[in-house]
Amino acid sequence: MITLDAKIPGGPIEDKWHNHLENAKLVGPRNRPSYDVIVVGTGLAGASAASSLAAQGYNVHVFIFHDTPRRAHSIAAQGGINACKNYREDGDSTYRLFYDTQKGGDFRSREANVYRLAQNSTAIIDQCVAQGVPFAREYGGMLANRSFGGVLVERTFYCRGQTGQQLLLGAYQALEKEIHQGKVKLYPKSEMLDLVKVDGRARGIVYRNMVDGSIHSIAGEAVVLATGGYGAVYYNSTNAVNSNTTAIWRAHRRGAAFANPSFVQIHPTCIPVSGDHQSKLTLMSESLRNDGRVWVPRKKGDKRSPGDIPDAERYYYLEERYPTFGNLVPRDVASRAAKVVCDEGLGAGSTGYSVYLDFRDAIAEKGQNVISEKYGNLFDMYEEITGESPYQNPFRIYPAVHYCMGGLWVDYNLQTTIPGLYAIGEANFSDHGANRLGASSLMQCLADGYFILPQTIGDGLQPLYRDKVGTDHPEFAKIEGEVRDRINRVMSVKGDSTPLSIHKRLGKVIWDNCGMSRNESGLQGALRDVEALQEEFTTNVNIAGKSEDINQALERGLRLMDFLEIGHLMCRDALVRDESCGCHFREEHQSEDGEVLRNDDEFGHVSVWEYEGEGKEETRHQEKLDYEVLQPATRSYK
Amino acid sequence: MSNQDANTTPRHNATISLNLRIWRQERGSARGEFVGYEVNDIPVDASFLEMLDILNEQLNNKGEDSIAFESDCREGICGTCSLVIDGLPHGPGQCTTCQLMIRDFKDGATITVEPFSTGVFNVVKDLTVDRSGLDRVIQSGGYVTVHSGPKPEPNSIPVEHAVVEDALDASACIGCGACVAACPNGSASLFTSAKIGHLALLPQGQPERNTRVVNMVEKMDEEGFGSCRNYAECQASCPKGISIKYIGRMNSDYIKATISGGDRRGEMQAN
Repeated sequence: MITLDAKIPGGPIEDKWHNHLENAKLVGPRNRPSYDVIVVGTGLAGASAASSLAAQGYNVHVFIFHDTPRRAHSIAAQGGINACKNYREDGDSTYRLFYDTQKGGDFRSREANVYRLAQNSTAIIDQCVAQGVPFAREYGGMLANRSFGGVLVERTFYCRGQTGQQLLLGAYQALEKEIHQGKVKLYPKSEMLDLVKVDGRARGIVYRNMVDGSIHSIAGEAVVLATGGYGAVYYNSTNAVNSNTTAIWRAHRRGAAFANPSFVQIHPTCIPVSGDHQSKLTLMSESLRNDGRVWVPRKKGDKRSPGDIPDAERYYYLEERYPTFGNLVPRDVASRAAKVVCDEGLGAGSTGYSVYLDFRDAIAEKGQNVISEKYGNLFDMYEEITGESPYQNPFRIYPAVHYCMGGLWVDYNLQTTIPGLYAIGEANFSDHGANRLGASSLMQCLADGYFILPQTIGDGLQPLYRDKVGTDHPEFAKIEGEVRDRINRVMSVKGDSTPLSIHKRLGKVIWDNCGMSRNESGLQGALRDVEALQEEFTTNVNIAGKSEDINQALERGLRLMDFLEIGHLMCRDALVRDESCGCHFREEHQSEDGEVLRNDDEFGHVSVWEYEGEGKEETRHQEKLDYEVLQPATRSYK
Repeated sequence: MSNQDANTTPRHNATISLNLRIWRQERGSARGEFVGYEVNDIPVDASFLEMLDILNEQLNNKGEDSIAFESDCREGICGTCSLVIDGLPHGPGQCTTCQLMIRDFKDGATITVEPFSTGVFNVVKDLTVDRSGLDRVIQSGGYVTVHSGPKPEPNSIPVEHAVVEDALDASACIGCGACVAACPNGSASLFTSAKIGHLALLPQGQPERNTRVVNMVEKMDEEGFGSCRNYAECQASCPKGISIKYIGRMNSDYIKATISGGDRRGEMQAN
């Protein structure tokens, strides 16, 4: 039975973080080299944490399934990173960023964590500029800003449409420096397949060398999971094709509680699916909504080319329904609105499942060269994929799975319910509630990695100075054996279904029932469907080739095993949360005009799931959310 | 999920067939060879890598080992995918392999697919190669030495708009290694100079400018990458359109750094 102690420090919200730091136990610089810290993943959170910890003096071991740390999927983040610098003097402040994030998350995140995130946001920009990240500048040489959804200020810093890439390169370079100096040892092409616990504490991991298939383990005093989200459970998503949930799911099976698994963000502006062959969906940055206008034809089945439809016959549904925020409503609102108009039969395209994002007016007003400088690479990317130019015709977009607000439950120190196991970045649940605002995920990853974890990890490590456990401990051999059994089991079924074909069907079940809109009977059906797919996987999967070799079908199969389990838990979580909030739209709970209806009395909490063993129902716990500073209110963007 | 493409010209539902000659090599030390595969009914809206997914599904169904190739983001930014298609790194057009679409190929065409193999990138299996040499070049100096912690206010050091744009042109490099694969000399000059050029343009990169260029250029040689002979094949094959002007700047910086001699006391060296 787990106990949930969020360890939120006392005092007024603006003092909590500083009070906490003043009272934290520390590891001195002379002692840090005797601690081994294992970091899994090198996206923004993992690379920034690993380089910061190494620079402090810890011995850091970094695991990636890529060939180099620079490939992590943070690289694909486009639009920008938020920070409450208030450079534009438009009323921004730490409190305003906290307020926007808390409201954007529909009051389902932990106030103390969100406030700390806002407090650390400005230091991230300073840090990245010092590393040489080339943020966009105005002609006078000052940093430029743009605006993102769900806010009324301009606080987003950016590097064209490749902000994630530039921030990740900054963190990657810092990491490479530490590798060069011998403080970080990198294990490329090494996929974590299990967590090793000794006496209830995380003591290491078991990993597979993906080149020769050998299984190894490594011991350390702390394990940091920075492995991102589980959005690829839907098969089609904006995640990379190798993004997976195995590290956090295996940690969950070893006792780390999982929070809010059903909170998944569906991003409103993605290139629509073109067919069954499709392996991934491409995001078109939310920044496009700064200048683009979203519309559908007013008339059902209007097959005219978009340019031939006069203004009066265009339904600018976001501008009409939400006059204050217009095209810049938060992602969950924009996605659902697109689904609603398409479900009504107003959608564009042959099957009617896309909406127009139109730059006609922006180009007329500002000129094509201005639009091209701001968004040129996005326009080009769209044209490469679809063969159509958005300068001539509007973009056609549709929502797609993008980000997981849910993740491993962590306390204020970012430690999971397993002592010594930490989760940072998208892998944890703490800051975005039931919906994340645009440009906030880069902010959270870097706050966790550069500033928070490096200052909270010492507190848990400090007592372990003379208490080391090595891989000669029998628990390591035992877990390695379990991993080998798992691999042998999936290799030996030799049935008829490839992992890819099962994954596609799993994705469809979850998308149809646990996507933009959910209801009780759909979720119950989905639970049964997922169980049937689990059964099919166990009895009929087919993986060719050898396990002692590069075997991408095996990699996919092992990941799919865990997607099947988390997909099941997502549906259960969505079923039990009998309210609507943020991304979680339960059809049973909506206002007359189709907005979400929260139930703070019954569901003003984090749902926290505890694994109870193979084939057993998980236990649901609650972390009550305290609203000390901001009383939950109906979220309105009208 | 089945929102099929709109603007329904017939080509959107069309399929084509391709004859592939694919390099198969069990491991680095084994002998490799081209193996022929015929793939039918490929939707023209699929990407080239999705076509390989289809082929791998067919091989897996027959109990045959699938073709190892690398990819991850499939949107042209992570730099993982790395195929030489009909002799060109990343194939025809200025994009990454993952952005190549089947509609860019003719029905019935024969296409040769090889790894990014050069003297320095060795084959690991089939179409995958070891590009870790590029990381080691970065390790030798491709960074600004700063710890995590409080930093000065960024607007206290203005940077010209055009200078940042120039730096961003260079730092758009995705580290895919197409430049090395394209170069008859197997040179990594475009890759190395892009990082040097990015940091040399910015005020934050100045304190280590001389040591950086010297260390990185020497590391590049030590790793066995060839030298630049101005073929400019790298620029032609770079999916991010990075200009060889950065190679010129790197060479100029290198000469300045070595002849000026500079006072290198206090230089931070590894270990």
